[in-house]
Order: sequence, then C-alpha cells, then structure tokens
Amino acid sequence: MTFEKILFYVFSVILVLSATMVITRRDPVHSALFLVLAFFTSAILWMLLEAEFLAIVLVLVYVGAVMVLFLFVVMMLDTDKAAMRAGFVKMMPVGLIVAGTMAFEMFLIVGPQYFGLDKFAMPAPHPADYSNTEELGRVLYTVYMYPVEIAAVILLVGIIAAIGLTMRKRPDNKSLDPSEQVKVTKGTDRIRVVKMASEIKQEAK
Amino acid sequence: MQFEASNLIPVVPELFILSLACLVLVIDLFIDDEQRIFTYALTQVGLVFAIFITLSVGQTEAQIVFDGSYIRDGMSDVLKVSIYIVTIGAFLYSKEYLVEHGLFKGEYYVLGLFAVLGMMVMVSAQSFLTAYLGLELLSLSLYALVAFDRDSKTGSEAAMKYFVLGAIASGMLLYGISMIYGATGALNFTTVTTALMGTGMEDIVLVFGLVFVVIGLAFKLGAVPFHMWMPDVYHGAPTAVAQFLSSAPKIAAFALAMRLLVDGMLPLHSDWQQMLVILAILSMALGNVIAIAQTNIKRMLAYSTISHVGFIMMGILAGTSEGYSASMFYAIIYAVTSLGAFGIIILLSKKGFEAENLDDYKGLHERSPWFAAMMMLFMFSMAGVPPTVGFWAKLFVLDAVVSVELTWVALVGVFFSIIGAFYYIRIIKLMYFDKAENVLPVIGNLDTRIALSVNGVLMLALGLFPAALLTICVRAIGS
Repeated sequence: MTFEKILFYVFSVILVLSATMVITRRDPVHSALFLVLAFFTSAILWMLLEAEFLAIVLVLVYVGAVMVLFLFVVMMLDTDKAAMRAGFVKMMPVGLIVAGTMAFEMFLIVGPQYFGLDKFAMPAPHPADYSNTEELGRVLYTVYMYPVEIAAVILLVGIIAAIGLTMRKRPDNKSLDPSEQVKVTKGTDRIRVVKMASEIKQEAK
Repeated sequence: MQFEASNLIPVVPELFILSLACLVLVIDLFIDDEQRIFTYALTQVGLVFAIFITLSVGQTEAQIVFDGSYIRDGMSDVLKVSIYIVTIGAFLYSKEYLVEHGLFKGEYYVLGLFAVLGMMVMVSAQSFLTAYLGLELLSLSLYALVAFDRDSKTGSEAAMKYFVLGAIASGMLLYGISMIYGATGALNFTTVTTALMGTGMEDIVLVFGLVFVVIGLAFKLGAVPFHMWMPDVYHGAPTAVAQFLSSAPKIAAFALAMRLLVDGMLPLHSDWQQMLVILAILSMALGNVIAIAQTNIKRMLAYSTISHVGFIMMGILAGTSEGYSASMFYAIIYAVTSLGAFGIIILLSKKGFEAENLDDYKGLHERSPWFAAMMMLFMFSMAGVPPTVGFWAKLFVLDAVVSVELTWVALVGVFFSIIGAFYYIRIIKLMYFDKAENVLPVIGNLDTRIALSVNGVLMLALGLFPAALLTICVRAIGS
C-alpha cells in the first residue's frame, strides 16, 4: 500500500465519520463544526487527485466564508432543538430504508468492476510545474464561457432574491433620517396650523 | 478556439432578455411606486421585441455555438416564442392581482424575466452543464417568486417546500449527470450520444446515471411519485405566481426532457421509455383521481397539471418525431389553457378575497355569462372535449403512442382522462346549474378582460383549426 493510498483511506474515514456526525449531533453548532471538518477532509481528497485549485477554493469559500456565516446564523437564532428533532424517530425507518437502498445501489455500481483501472486507464501524473489553476482558467473563459456567464446570472438572481425578500420598509419603524432632519426650517416645517371642524366621536366598528 | 462575432448571433435573444432584465432592475430603482406601471410596460414591450428578435434570428438549419454548449434550432425558436407569449399573458393577468394585493413591485418583473432567461437556456441547451444551469436559473427565480408575498405564511411555507425539494431534485440530476460524465467522459450531447452508440446498452453505469437524471426531471416536471411539492406550492403561492408557474415553465420542462433524453441519450431509448411509461401512467392515475377530492380550485389545478404532465411524457416516450411534435403541441396548449384558467381565478379574486374554493364558482353564469363561457372553454379544453383544442392535443399524443404499438398505454391514458373529465365538468355544472352565493358583478380591468376573451376564443379557434400550430410543431421537430 502506497503512502497516498493510506492518506486516502485515513481522510475518507474521517470524512464519512464527520458527515455522520453532522446529521446526528444534537447541537446545530456542533453539526456546523463537523461540516467544516467534512469540507476540510474532502478538500484534502481533492488535493490527492491533483485538483489543488478546487481544494483551496473549497477551503476558502466554503470553510472561510459560507460556514462562518452559517455559524453566525446558527448562534444568533434561538433554535428550538426539541422541535427540530421531533419526528426523528418516527421518520427514521423510512429514511433508513431509502438511504440504505441508495447506498446499496451505489455500492453495486460505483466500484472497481465498472470504474476499475482496466476500464479507465490511470491518468499520468503531471510534472511539478503543471498549474491546475492555469489549465482551469484556460478552459473556463473559452470552452465554458457560456456556462460561466449563466452561472454569473444565477448569482445575480440570488442577490436580487435575497434583497427583495428581506429588505422592507417597516411601517412601525420609528427611526428618523438625520439628513432630512437637519434640513428642517423654522416656521412652516415645525408647526402647522390646521383648521378643522369639531370632531364627532365615531362609533367603533 | 477562435472567437467570431457571428457566433453570437444565435444567442442574441438571450442577450436581449438579459439586458432587458438588468435594465428593468436598474430603472425600477429610480421610479416611485405610482410610476411602477412603467416597469411593467417596459417588460411587456421588451418581451414583444424578443419575439421579433427570435424570429429574425431563426433560420431553418440548426446552429451549434459556444463549443457545443448552445443550440438554436426549429424547436428552440418555436418554444422560445411560445414562452414569451405565455409570459406576456401571465404578466398581463397578474398586474391587477399584484396591484390589489400590494405586490406590484419591480422585482416581480425582474425575477420573471430571469425565469424566462432560464427557460431559454434550457430550451437551447446542448450540454448537460447548460441544461442544469438553465434549470437552476429558472428554479431560483421561481422560489423567490413563490415567496413574493412575504406576509403570507402559506406562501413562505410553499416556497420553503419548493426550495428544499427542488434542491434535492437538482442534487439527483447532478448525480446522474456525473455518472454519465464518468462513463462517457463528456457533457456535450453530441459527444455523449456518439459515446453511447459505441458502448451499447449493457453499460449499467449509464443506466444508473439515467435513473437519476429521470428522477431529477420527474421532480421538476411534477410527475408522480415526485409530485408532492406541486399542490402545496400552487396553493401557497400568490395566484399570479401560481399562474406563471403552471404555464411557461411547463413548456421549458418539456424542452428539458427533450434535450436530455432525446438529444442527449437517444441510444438509451428503450431504458428511459420504460421509466417514462411508469411515470406517465402513475401521473395520469394519481393526478386525475386525487383532483376529484379537492375543494380548492388551485389544488385541483395542481393535480390536473400532474395528469397533463403524464400526457406530455406519453408523447416523449413514443420516441418518434410524431410523438415529440404531439407532445410539444400538448405542452404549448396546456400552458395557454392553464394561463386562462388561472386568469379566471385572478379575475374573480379581489382584495382580501381569493376565489379559490369551488363554491366561489357557483352561479358564475348569472354574474357574468361571458366569463362563465370562457371558463367553460378552458375546462372543456383541459378535459379534452371537442371542438376545443385540448381534444386535438390529446388525440395527437394518443395517436403517436398507438403507432408505436403501445396501445395499452394509450388506453390507460384515455381511461384516466375520462375520470378526469368529471372534475372539469363539475366546475361547469357549478357555474351554470347552481345558484350563486354572492351576486356581485364581475369587474376587471379592460386589458384583463380582453386578454381573457382572446385566450378563451383561442381555445375554440385552435380547436377548429389545429393544423397551423401542429404544422409549426412538426416542422420544428423535423429540423
């Protein structure tokens, strides 16, 4: 067994274990931290595949940005842990059957008999000065230009949707706009004389 | 690869819609609530322009650009134009509803335009990657639209369900695509097809990938047993959004199925045919039977959509160009009919009142004979009663299925259509033979009323002269 193979198995085991922990931990913060671990180990697996750019991006984007934000949200929200776990036992048999079937099917298909070295030749290792990043960049803006543009539009839609759904002027918001406030002039802006008829008390509807 | 500006010509419609969406987004920032009508007008005019652009860019022979990621052919032209028209209709009907419910905002049109862009990308996809990205663009816009009424609890719940299930479906689809990529080493439909021809049928990895692709597709189409999200989403979403959701995206879903299964994996036809037979029969059975038990018309139409999806699949599974064009005809007709049926719901809904219960349709004939007649046409068309166009749509699909020796599938289809006719005709019975519970006259804006009348008469006109549209579909598939 080569050293790389040992590394692969060690990190795969950590990955599977941490992924299991993500869904079984009671505390969402713990789950999120285990998810960070899962991302790290899968980044290392990608590194073993010589996909170093993707590995680094996974750590930078997912661990560095997404998960930190996610932890923020989890810590800010007052999650009802009991409610989140309600129905877990009831749903578990169905979930286990579905997941078990899928795992069994994958086990049958995704194995050496279909993806073994006799079917797909081992890719030749790249020389030391080979730049994964450069190769990706080369195809990303030529062959895959159209998909990249669409992906950009998807991100734009994400921004619009997020802002559109969360930003609102609340009618009960009593805060004042200072720039409007300082513009006030003496006289008409401060006092308004209203002439009106004497009020008649209305019947409450 | 050399860059040539002429390669961009087939993509001009997409570029135009993208620019239009960005323009609407920016302009909308600078106008007041009272001038919001300008955003609406700009969107509608832009969509009308897009029809002309698509038609003028269209030629007879297919063009593949962007290293095989994008295709422009007869089918994409026809489907894009019908998506524009259906979207224009949906925006037209929804205006009044949005104004009354305080949802008349620029984001609605921006997200709608991005959804149209996503549909166009799906329609013109020539690789698994672009098909997936188009689907995501469409779905993301739709999730946001379903949640558009932020104060509505059912709306948020529906959006959440739609989002979670949609994400699972996307995951399934991607997993299937990754298997196919693993087995063939390509994402491009042309290369995948060539690779599939070489390996033959016994490659179990391909079938494994195909299963996941079909599951992902069935989720997005809303075929049984992957339909659970549809009734809740239709019920929870604002009626205007449900209308949009039930019309144009169905055309795009048909296109996606065509691109993935026919363009991408035609050599696996005998495998996906069996899967589609199961999905189609289950959809027609469950959709039609459960729709009978519904008292909410939006839920009823959701189940009716499920059954119509079964019919659309039935045409595709025939695997002949006759079947594809019949299915395309069906998808377009269904979108237009559904647009009209939801249009009537919108017309009857007023501020603070949703005409979503079947009882609200009692005695509609007394309140407005003309719109009761229109609703009758929509219902007859959905049920497939001649002389409305729905009859021809069903006939062409059944004919295509019978001609490939799958008569039993056609018989099952007919059987469940007859069951389905019950709940469509029940609405007609409620409208004409029951006493009205409220006698308020039906009032609507002039544009809504004209659009509904045109839409209803179209059901009849296309039913009397179905040949024109059918010829367009046949020619589009043939090219």
